[in-house]
Amino acid sequence: MSPNVNTVLFLFFAACAAGSALAMVTRTNPVSCAMWLIGTFFSVAAIYTLLGAFFIGIIQILVYAGAIMVLFLFVIMLLNLGHDYEPDIRGTGWKISAAGAGLIIIALLGRVFGGDLPRPLGDVAGPRMLAAAQAERGVVGLIGIPLYNQYVVPLQATAILLLVAVVGAVVLAKRKA
Amino acid sequence: MNEMSGVAQIPLSYTLGLSAILFGIGVAGVIVRRNAIVLFMCVELMLNAVNLAFVALSPYAGLQGQIFVFFVIAVAAAEAAVGLAIMIAVFRHRESVDMKNFSLLRW
Repeated sequence: MSPNVNTVLFLFFAACAAGSALAMVTRTNPVSCAMWLIGTFFSVAAIYTLLGAFFIGIIQILVYAGAIMVLFLFVIMLLNLGHDYEPDIRGTGWKISAAGAGLIIIALLGRVFGGDLPRPLGDVAGPRMLAAAQAERGVVGLIGIPLYNQYVVPLQATAILLLVAVVGAVVLAKRKA
Repeated sequence: MNEMSGVAQIPLSYTLGLSAILFGIGVAGVIVRRNAIVLFMCVELMLNAVNLAFVALSPYAGLQGQIFVFFVIAVAAAEAAVGLAIMIAVFRHRESVDMKNFSLLRW
């Protein structure tokens, strides 16, 4: 494989993700913001699969692009924000500070990521180990088996958290009698 | 597992760079937007950027990264449910989801 197919695909989806994210920040209509964000989520899911994290990619599409964004769109339509929306983007000073803050964050993260990151599993052995584990346990078992053995307490804690969140959402959104 | 041979072929700096760019766009969005729902979407974008860094590093630092992404997604779902309920409650009082209406919780 001469110019690596995966890298080319990655660059394509990275451009899609960054472009849709920028469009999401700059559109004034909340519905188009949500649509562009769904585009970003799909591009990121494609990048997950390119990185070999197939299960996380599927979960990303199901939970993020499916459930969470439908919740957002549902609330936008419930509150009737799809039209007659108020002026949404702040003034020039805010824009400049937002761009500055974004660039500073990107620079700081770039500095951290560009440094010598610790790689406890090694450059070659790590990916090979992950591939072997995936061949042995399957794509879902790669995440699922540790989740139900080693990480069962956090998993149950997440279940309780979701229950509390659902009850809390109902209590918050309920009309006072 | 032929697909897995591609793992090492995308340079780590590319994926981490994309993660940093998405996070920066999310930060800029949180600062510049006024609509609370869109602001929430920017927070989701930042969570996604962090997830991407976790997944990108997981071949080199262990599977725990991907498992943590799973938990982050679950917590993001809970956060979206509660946050949107708060927005509905505020909208009922003020007829708007502009961020200036959320200052009633400030002091």
